[in-house]
Amino acid sequence: MFELLIYAIIILGFAAIWQLVRVVELSARLKGVDPNKVTESDNRLNGRLMLTFMIAMFGFSIWQFFAYKDRLLPTSGSAHGEEIDWLWDFNMIIIIIVFFITNGVLFFMAYKYYGRDNAKATFYPHNNKLEMLWTGVPAVVLFIIIFLGIKLWNNITEPAPANVRLIELYAKQFNWTARYAGEDNKLGKANYLLIQGANELGLDSTDKASNDDIIVKGEFHIPVDQEVNFRNRSQDVIHSMFMPHFRAQINTVPGIETYFHFKPIHTTEEMRKITGNPEFDYILMCNKICGASHYNMQMKIVVDSPKQYEEWIKQQKTFIPKVEEAKADAKPEADSMKADSLKK
Amino acid sequence: MSSHAHSHEELHGTSLEHEVHAHHGHDDHDHHHEESFVSKYIFSMDHKTISRQFLVTAVFMAVFAMMMSLLFRLQLAWPGEKFAIANALLGDKWAPEGVLDANMYMGLVTIHGTIMVFFVLTGGLSGTFSNLLIPYQIGARDMASGFLNMLSYWFFFASSFFMVISMFVEDGPASGGWTVYPPLSALPQAMPGSGLGMTLWLVSMSLFIVSSLLGGLNYIITVLNLRTKGMKMTRMPLTIWAFFVTAILGVLSFPVLFSCALLLIFDRSMGTSFYLSDIYIGGAPLEQTGGSPILFQHLFWFLGHPEVYIIILPALGLTSEIISVNARKPIFGYRAMITSILAIGFLSFIVWGHHMFITGMNPFLGSVFVFTTLLIAIPSAVKAFNYITTLWKGNIQYTPAMLFAIGLVSTFITGGVTGIILADSALDINVHDTYFVVAHFHIVMGVSAILGMLAGVYHWFPKLFLRKMNKNMGYIHFWITFVSAYGVFFPMHFLGLAGVPRRYYSNTEFPMFENLQDINVLITIFAILGGLGQVIFLFNFFYSMFFGQKSEQNPWGSNSLEWTTPMAHTHGNWPGALPEVHRWAYDYSKPGEESDFIPQTVPLRPGEEDGGGH
Ligand code: HEM
Ligand SMILES: [Cu+2]
Ligand SMILES: [Cu+2]
Repeated sequence: MFELLIYAIIILGFAAIWQLVRVVELSARLKGVDPNKVTESDNRLNGRLMLTFMIAMFGFSIWQFFAYKDRLLPTSGSAHGEEIDWLWDFNMIIIIIVFFITNGVLFFMAYKYYGRDNAKATFYPHNNKLEMLWTGVPAVVLFIIIFLGIKLWNNITEPAPANVRLIELYAKQFNWTARYAGEDNKLGKANYLLIQGANELGLDSTDKASNDDIIVKGEFHIPVDQEVNFRNRSQDVIHSMFMPHFRAQINTVPGIETYFHFKPIHTTEEMRKITGNPEFDYILMCNKICGASHYNMQMKIVVDSPKQYEEWIKQQKTFIPKVEEAKADAKPEADSMKADSLKK
Repeated sequence: MSSHAHSHEELHGTSLEHEVHAHHGHDDHDHHHEESFVSKYIFSMDHKTISRQFLVTAVFMAVFAMMMSLLFRLQLAWPGEKFAIANALLGDKWAPEGVLDANMYMGLVTIHGTIMVFFVLTGGLSGTFSNLLIPYQIGARDMASGFLNMLSYWFFFASSFFMVISMFVEDGPASGGWTVYPPLSALPQAMPGSGLGMTLWLVSMSLFIVSSLLGGLNYIITVLNLRTKGMKMTRMPLTIWAFFVTAILGVLSFPVLFSCALLLIFDRSMGTSFYLSDIYIGGAPLEQTGGSPILFQHLFWFLGHPEVYIIILPALGLTSEIISVNARKPIFGYRAMITSILAIGFLSFIVWGHHMFITGMNPFLGSVFVFTTLLIAIPSAVKAFNYITTLWKGNIQYTPAMLFAIGLVSTFITGGVTGIILADSALDINVHDTYFVVAHFHIVMGVSAILGMLAGVYHWFPKLFLRKMNKNMGYIHFWITFVSAYGVFFPMHFLGLAGVPRRYYSNTEFPMFENLQDINVLITIFAILGGLGQVIFLFNFFYSMFFGQKSEQNPWGSNSLEWTTPMAHTHGNWPGALPEVHRWAYDYSKPGEESDFIPQTVPLRPGEEDGGGH
């Protein structure tokens, strides 16, 4: 019913526009002028509309800045993220100025120089000085932007020191698994050919380093103020580990290991206070199209105080007992499926 | 209504008379051989007919792609809501009870993007205007090879056909995004759309590439070889410069896309593993291993980035011409404009990595791409400033085309500035693949190029169909389109800054996105408004094609050569000898001259300097 009403309104709208156009045209014909010829009053009208549009568009943009300000991502939860935010603001100020000035000048010209019947345009084909100026100034500004940008990029992407806590994020359609390197801070070997039943990550149980690895799902914890190094893998297609609150993102690519490391600086609890949102949670989401449930591939992240973290990690099970446990009620289903699809 | 009936008859008679056969100046083919309907309208080798064929096909494809975007915008604004229209259009399988299915959502996004980028803004835009204007504006009787040109259209038509029917196959169309990254696109186990739908996508794109190469080679050769006497490269209108460089970009980059697609075809059907490695999917490990999905991305973006300039350069070329004609002033900095086009063309080949900053690529390589990408902002800025200066002290004639051209300059600026942020790899980390990127590329490329294309349609409609489009409907169309373009895409920046990823079927699964729903509603309302605005255009376009007011020979007072041909579809373009060119195309409002325009065919006066000297 509601939909029908909308269609009716739309059709009436078109009818109104059609009538309007016809009336304007008939009156032009009556006056004996060509209805498609652009007149001075057309120029004036459109010139004024250009100026009006500018004011409305600027107003709309500014309104959005204020109306949506509090819904944007809150202050960075990571150390490097604060630098990103600083550089973001720096660049943003530059481009906002450019946005307002160039658009402003454009629309102002469009208004000021609307065509008059007796006027003639000024023949002004070029001016080398002016062109040098507006090649040079953007070039200088861009070099500053490039310099600051590359400096920060180098800092962020520098390989993590070896003693940093290592956590693997493992992506598959459509969920995440986190694997902690355990006491030895070494992640045990894994191979996709070993994936079977409960061993979703394809860990190699003959590799000693894997035995103390801790595997968690649903949510994972990290301690505040300590650097973590994420190693990322994927089981099937490309996914992307995206943690917007930490300004952290890197693709997870089958066959390739990617790394991203950062230092969380606010616990979840602190962040709840900062944002004034008692339900705030850090989140890991997938940010590379990966299939039908791409939009719901997430894992909660909890940033603990070091003490809380130690308590939490103690309760998690290491790899070997976990596999044993699962074996008890596992069915040989996985094997038969494997054979099936190889036949294809 | 009576006044209309009267004009119908008039129009019918004349359009036939107008199909005059000109004799080619140098030979004596003056016979009136009868052309059959088929060779005249279907398998035509005439650049004007081919141009119209491209345009009409592109308009159809654009409508198709726009409707898809409206369907998925409905889902984003009112997730899970039932829309009878979705069910009516998509059927019970893809929109049961009117709720869009998640797989179909992906399919719609993918085909929407593919059609807009390739079919509307590459094939449609270049196909229409390079074909129409290259022979006309350089003073040639036709393209270098009319036959290849005809093939170019028919390959385009076939590829459009396959892309459209891929929407109707059982498992749905290709759904992995317009960038079709493998392994997702390589493995039907990964998503239903990667089955037959993806095969059709690849077939369609292969045909498209053939069409594009045939067209491009023809454009390049025509510009180099068939310029009329006096038409030096440095006298060519900027439209031709833009089409010329665009064609070169296409010829150099489309073959790479072809190899990229070919390897994907091998991986999909012949068991090779160029892009596949270490994959466990559908409950079993994949036999193919040892390749790299990242290789695909390098190949894809080696085309993909030049592709965005293949889209925007022709639009900028059309704009240069339209702004100059309607400001009644020479384009400011003609030589700087050529240099910018060449610089953009060159740089566009060494920036592709900015789409891959967060694939885990070597950080040093990332820095190099930051550098080259930001360099491209310089020639882009020069172009924008030159347009603005062209308006300064002009006598602006607001034809609908002029409105669209000025609109393009605005969106090119607004979308371009956010490119500066995205080019900075460190800043890209947190907005890559979010709605911030969607906002950026739609404004700078999508909206700008569409505005440019529409400007071209209004401006050259008289050369395409010998009639004018209705001015007042044009005005209404422009203002609705322009307002809704900003209304749709500007708020998307904020979604991106709130962390919303692109290609999400719904944002309802994340509590942190709950308070963004009203932004999505606002966007969708503007999108619907914009869509309705296009109905006005469609009506005006088809109505004017048959019943519009007949155009005089040079309706906008232009200097370029296409307006020296009679208002008729003359085979060979000029009834007599080819025109001779004596000056550049931008002598508007030259001091000391009575008329405010001097066509290129008018000889220089004694002592008069060409190219902006006075
Ligand atoms: C001149 C016309 C331009 C066009 C047509 C254009 C087009 C595009 C397109 C289509 C994308 C989307 C890629 C995707 O699907 O993920 C994109 C992204 C991007 N653009 Fe532009 N762009 C233009 C100008 C610029 C400028 C001037 C810059 C930089 C100064 C720039 C920098 C970027 C960057 C770095 C990305 C990648 C962002 C990401 O993937 O996160 N672009 N552009
Ligand atoms: Cu995913
Ligand atoms: Cu690019």
